Amino acid sequence: MSDFEEKIGDAPAAPEPNEDTGKEQEKEEDKDRPSWLPEGCNQLADGEYDAIVLGTGLKECIMSGLLSTQGLKVLHLDRYNYYGADCASLNLSNLYSKFQAGDPPQYLGSNRDYNVDLIPKFIMACGNLTKMLLHTKVTRYLEFKSIDASFVVQKNKVLKVPATPQEALSSSLMGIFEKRRFRSFLIYINEYNPSDPTTFKDKDLSVMTMRDLYTSFGLCDATHEFISHAMCLELDNDHLTSPALPTVLRLQTYCTSLETYGKSPYIYPMYGLGGLPEGFSRLCAIHGGTFMLNADVKEVMFDEDGAAWGVKVDVDDMQTGKRELQCAKATMVIGDPSYFPSSKIRSTGQVVRSICFLNHPLPNTNNSESCQIIIPGPQVGRKNDVFVCCLSSQQNVVAKGIYVAIVSTKVETSDPAKELVPGLRLLGQILQRFDSVSECYEPAGDGLSDRCFISSSFDGTSHFEADCDDLLSLYKRVTGEDLDMNIDTSLEPDY
Amino acid sequence: MSGSVRHFKLVLLGDTAVGKSCLVVRFVRDEFFEFQEPTIGAAFLTQSVQLDSSVVKFEIWDTAGQERYRSLAPMYYRGASAAIVVFDLSNKESYNGAKSWVKAYAEENNILYLETSAKNAANVKNLFVEIAKKLPQQAMQQEREQGFTISPPKQEKKSCC
Repeated sequence: MSDFEEKIGDAPAAPEPNEDTGKEQEKEEDKDRPSWLPEGCNQLADGEYDAIVLGTGLKECIMSGLLSTQGLKVLHLDRYNYYGADCASLNLSNLYSKFQAGDPPQYLGSNRDYNVDLIPKFIMACGNLTKMLLHTKVTRYLEFKSIDASFVVQKNKVLKVPATPQEALSSSLMGIFEKRRFRSFLIYINEYNPSDPTTFKDKDLSVMTMRDLYTSFGLCDATHEFISHAMCLELDNDHLTSPALPTVLRLQTYCTSLETYGKSPYIYPMYGLGGLPEGFSRLCAIHGGTFMLNADVKEVMFDEDGAAWGVKVDVDDMQTGKRELQCAKATMVIGDPSYFPSSKIRSTGQVVRSICFLNHPLPNTNNSESCQIIIPGPQVGRKNDVFVCCLSSQQNVVAKGIYVAIVSTKVETSDPAKELVPGLRLLGQILQRFDSVSECYEPAGDGLSDRCFISSSFDGTSHFEADCDDLLSLYKRVTGEDLDMNIDTSLEPDY
Repeated sequence: MSGSVRHFKLVLLGDTAVGKSCLVVRFVRDEFFEFQEPTIGAAFLTQSVQLDSSVVKFEIWDTAGQERYRSLAPMYYRGASAAIVVFDLSNKESYNGAKSWVKAYAEENNILYLETSAKNAANVKNLFVEIAKKLPQQAMQQEREQGFTISPPKQEKKSCC
């Protein structure tokens, strides 16, 4: 190898670094120095962009992917040296160092077999996130697995949410007469089409409340609860007194998703959720977007009118290899709340999560290799539901024989760890446990005047439904338009 | 005529502007542009090579510029069966870069990368120890799970449970 190196060094064509030309270049750069560049800062990357995106979380990467496919020039930065921000999937050593837990124990096996989500979530097979993946064709970078089963807790029992008519008939969630009522309710939901009044059967779901709809089918409270929380993925009981339509549409998405892959309505990407932001970052990059990890964003810069015009960043200079302050300019700054001054965001409470390693599947789940358990808040005297996600080597996220279960909920008391107990006690013996409480934020403004377009923090649920709504809202604030996720497969030869 | 078609993911590595995209465009489309735009706007390109008894179809991933600030995602390396490390013969710096790309690829794909010297014994023992350590793990890796890809629904149809 060293021979070869010498040859290249001796080759006459090889440009020798020359001090003089170096200085000349520097002078020239000074002449070309843009007027907007602050004193003491060099230009970051190409300097001027249409959009600067901060943080490589899922929402930010989807935004930069969508914007660059529309022809905008995007610079995307992250303070960490990995993709994903809060939705990264970490290997063992990164996980242990993040929680300052020392060295991982030997019995967990190889570091590289691990891709543990900091915020685990499942994807509704026919929900909005899947539509975004298909719309942007990021699907071609990813492989998925179906989640084996979905469960709901009722009277301290873990019961399977029925996935087939047979399962509904044998389920102990309902008595025999209730099952018939459940069936006629689902037939109604299945046939209901918001644009076809003949399917309404004299019910106006834009006015009728969800509770009244349930009652009109004679369904009892316990059935409302598991349909609303485990199928419609309502987070609390506020929907019962609101018009039924949005909840009914969610139930339709659940049923379509369930039909698509059979076992459960959820899918999950191989090697962890971290693949999602990575996939969208590649989409952005192939449309000209520039990515810089390990870029410590010092500040978002504002003009006299209070509008964001650029960012100041501490980065490795590619020429010298040394850290230095650099600046870039853009007409808008998009990012997760952690990159913006506190005046631009407001707290929406806290989420408590516990990541647990097990050496067995979850008890009472029929040895499911992957599953979700939803504990409706009212079952355990809470307002908010408690979620349990369990994954295994089936998704290539842990070593063979190890399971990772993550329990999460929105904090309601001053003792968050205790709030997880209803979920933790479903796990059986726990090998290792990592607890965290995260502060959640939402943007204080819509970004139209201050040019700061900020996403909301990820919630404590085990699915992406609310996060997709946030993303669609962010997209609309940035572009002024609704995101059209329709795909005409006849016009897209790639599909 | 041809026998089986085997699919492989192949990735390109190397410093920015050394000609990675040019190499692919020449191979796939038999074209060359003096001023090739930094990376073509395609997810990946495919091209087949006919061998005696089979066809090898390459799914070729280009860096899409994410190498410029050393920000390639692990997804890029994952599952690659081969990597072409490219450098510019007229640019020594890009040769040094090539060495570090080989190292990065080895790290991401769990491939051993050690620089050794038989002359001064540096890393020689270590090389064999590392290989020995790796053997059982490699066998486990081949048992890794495969997933499915998702595609859009062909028509709007829904029915419930």
